Amino acid sequence: MMFLAKVYITLKPTVNDPQGLTVRGGLHTLGFDSVKSVRAGKYMEIQVDEADRLKAEEQVREMCKKLLANPVIEDFRSELEEIKG
Amino acid sequence: MANVKTLMLKAPGTNCDVETTFAFEQAGAQVESAHINELLRRQKLLSNYQIMVIPGGFTYGDDISAGKILANEVRLKLGEDIQRFVEDGGLVLGICNGFQVLVKAGILSKSADGGPPQLSLAGNDSGKFESRWVYLSANPTSPCIFTQGITTMYLPVAHGEGKVVGEPKILDELNVVLYYADETGNIQAGYPYNPNGSANSIAGICDDSGRVFALMPHPERFVRWTQHPRWTREPRREYGDGFRVFRNAVEWVKNA
Repeated sequence: MMFLAKVYITLKPTVNDPQGLTVRGGLHTLGFDSVKSVRAGKYMEIQVDEADRLKAEEQVREMCKKLLANPVIEDFRSELEEIKG
Repeated sequence: MANVKTLMLKAPGTNCDVETTFAFEQAGAQVESAHINELLRRQKLLSNYQIMVIPGGFTYGDDISAGKILANEVRLKLGEDIQRFVEDGGLVLGICNGFQVLVKAGILSKSADGGPPQLSLAGNDSGKFESRWVYLSANPTSPCIFTQGITTMYLPVAHGEGKVVGEPKILDELNVVLYYADETGNIQAGYPYNPNGSANSIAGICDDSGRVFALMPHPERFVRWTQHPRWTREPRREYGDGFRVFRNAVEWVKNA
């Protein structure tokens, strides 16, 4: 079965996010005064061919732990969709 | 020992290998450059060398995060070789990207339960690539072979991800070798003296043996006095501050 994993990697809440702060400043410059905070992160789409959903979820979790996310400073979560046809 | 053989480990994106080779050669070492694939294919063996260096650069484009891809290659495919190399008395030096690789490979940040590294290097607090000279203060109690006799240094930094981060307990247990400081040696001077917001102003660390050393500043960029930004205005010195790091390593191997 083919799955599409949508992986979101974000800095842990306690970690400073210079990129997010810069984006917030840029938005304020453009007049978006309602913006209170911005946190930047990474988004990846990964196609996985696995026997079932459980196995695919486990594989994606391992990928995040071993390579995609830095567990010292980042959190991750993923959504899995089955690709049909 | 007549020849101190040094291995300059390269991967796609390494770009400080020539300067680092020059620095080691000036210190009296014989340097061979090797692409990581040559080690993986056993065309070159770590056991034939006394010093291994991971120089600065942007290996694999620093994709995912700085040094991460090379770190995984080193950890999964060369981890045991490097461990044996260090246990047999070899010296390992990681500069800038090499620091990031050694930490993310778990070579300088082992966790007690063998799990993932508990220490890492994150993006600079300033949000930008910091490329300039910094003052460094050495920890006098450090066992580091490379910094014996060194109290202060003035060296360039050039990195976007140099902030040492980790749990307080992990940071307290680190063998800190170098701290960012101001001109007077105050290590709590903060930014811009600490260019990346590194915890406890950490600029360089080593393992318990003192034979594995990694630092974010570039000692290879200050080997000759004329590389100093004010070399025409200050009293001439025989060598640049960074040269002592390489000379210490080579002399230690010769006397071992």
